[in-house]
Amino acid sequence: MRSVYFDHAATTPVDSRVLEAMLPFFSEQYGNPSELHRLGRAARQAVERARAQVAAGIGAAENEIVFTSGGTEADNLALFGPLQRFAPGHLIVSAIEHAAVLEAARALNRAGWDVDYIPVDALGTIDVAAYAAAFRHDTRLASVHLANNVVGTVQPVAELARIAHEHNALFHTDAVQVVGALPVQVGELGVDLLTLSGHKVYGPKGSGALYVRRGVRMAAAVHGGGQERRLRSGTENVPGIVGLGAAVELAVASQAETSPRLQALRDRLIAGVLERVPECRLLGHPVDRLPGNAAFTVRYIEGESMLLQLDAQGFMVSSGSACASGSLEPSHVIMALGVGAEEAHGSIRLTLGRHSTQEEVDAFLETFPAVVERLRLMSPLYVKG
Amino acid sequence: MMMYTDLVMDHFSNPRNVGEIENADGVGQIGNPVCGDVMRISIRVVDDVIEDVKFKTFGCGAAVATSSMVTEMVKGKTLAEAGEISNKAVAEALGGLPPNKMHCSNLAADALHLAIEEYLEKSGRGDEVEGVLGGRPKAPEPSSH
Repeated sequence: MRSVYFDHAATTPVDSRVLEAMLPFFSEQYGNPSELHRLGRAARQAVERARAQVAAGIGAAENEIVFTSGGTEADNLALFGPLQRFAPGHLIVSAIEHAAVLEAARALNRAGWDVDYIPVDALGTIDVAAYAAAFRHDTRLASVHLANNVVGTVQPVAELARIAHEHNALFHTDAVQVVGALPVQVGELGVDLLTLSGHKVYGPKGSGALYVRRGVRMAAAVHGGGQERRLRSGTENVPGIVGLGAAVELAVASQAETSPRLQALRDRLIAGVLERVPECRLLGHPVDRLPGNAAFTVRYIEGESMLLQLDAQGFMVSSGSACASGSLEPSHVIMALGVGAEEAHGSIRLTLGRHSTQEEVDAFLETFPAVVERLRLMSPLYVKG
Repeated sequence: MMMYTDLVMDHFSNPRNVGEIENADGVGQIGNPVCGDVMRISIRVVDDVIEDVKFKTFGCGAAVATSSMVTEMVKGKTLAEAGEISNKAVAEALGGLPPNKMHCSNLAADALHLAIEEYLEKSGRGDEVEGVLGGRPKAPEPSSH
């Protein structure tokens, strides 16, 4: 049976070279990096090598990388780490952040912090004027992701970081969707904190990192033996860290070659869908978007139904509909673009990856219009015109 | 996200009785597009028996499957028998639904009852509605969310 995976924004397969790098650290090189004997030293060396790989991948110094269990933990650390050192003040986030940032912000709000959620325009770009106007004397941090996971819009993060610094606030960006997709250099972006994740870049699940610019003072997230600069105690996940290091290195090294190819496939996919499916529209920015992201709303039908029908035909995709997301609301991201709830229920997201081919894109373009038509003929909202 | 049973997937993938009956004796529609589910059921009634029934549904897998299932359950049944069928019974006939689908996507029996009610009222038998639908409260609009 056909098996086409168009859900790389959800997760990616572990690259065979990454897996190979990880394997020795499960049962042969099983040492605890905190121990001084030979096995301990070997593990420490592997962890520090991975730290150097991650640092090099984003233009950071090695001692600016803190390993975490993944993007969500890194996002939480990015908000709670600096802010716990202050009395409750003010925090700024975009309205379309990932739940890892939004829910952390809500938790801070319950603890007394004021939070402003900055709106985006119809293409998903943050309202820079509203963002700039939101800063107060007690704004401690702003967090805006580098690119959106649902609609793919890339944010003007360098400008946003500069504005935050003008107001003496820290700036965090979640870059989990961007590392390996576009160049990510912390110096050029001017950010203080940056989140990345292993399993989005062909590394293992359960691995991630937070870049913490030298000089940013942080409170610990996990208390214990003092690992990871005392910020995140606990014996290191050595295989995961080794995998993250290898994955980031490989993804960054191949980015210049992979991204233009994906972008061409993406544009073929977008043009093909818009041409073949009436009353369908692209979500997100047409140009400033992730190279592998194509997201749409399709009128009169519902996203989970599309997802399941496509799955039955061998295409694995994602939807921001209420049902597919497991909540009662359509994706907060799609709603924030000003799309009505009815249309937002009919969203579908296709995210291409390293192994995606033109044959797969063309097969999708052959299949998708029939899936849409079948569901529309079943829909009481659709009157064939 | 919870898994669907094989029977739900079967009804979703091969829905029974899709469409609309022309000049139907009764039509019931429930849900609203903002909530992500709209079900419309039309019936043809002969001698108080549901001779034909069709549905159109905008919604998720569960919404389509419950609509399809209820049409299978009531075809050939009397109005009174059809009036006895609850949303819960439809879900049970499908081998269960994920908990988060029980509220918004499980309204097919309500749509059917609205169709029966319309039929009775159109035939000047509005006083029988309560008896046929078993004193069941009129199908509520789903709470807004």
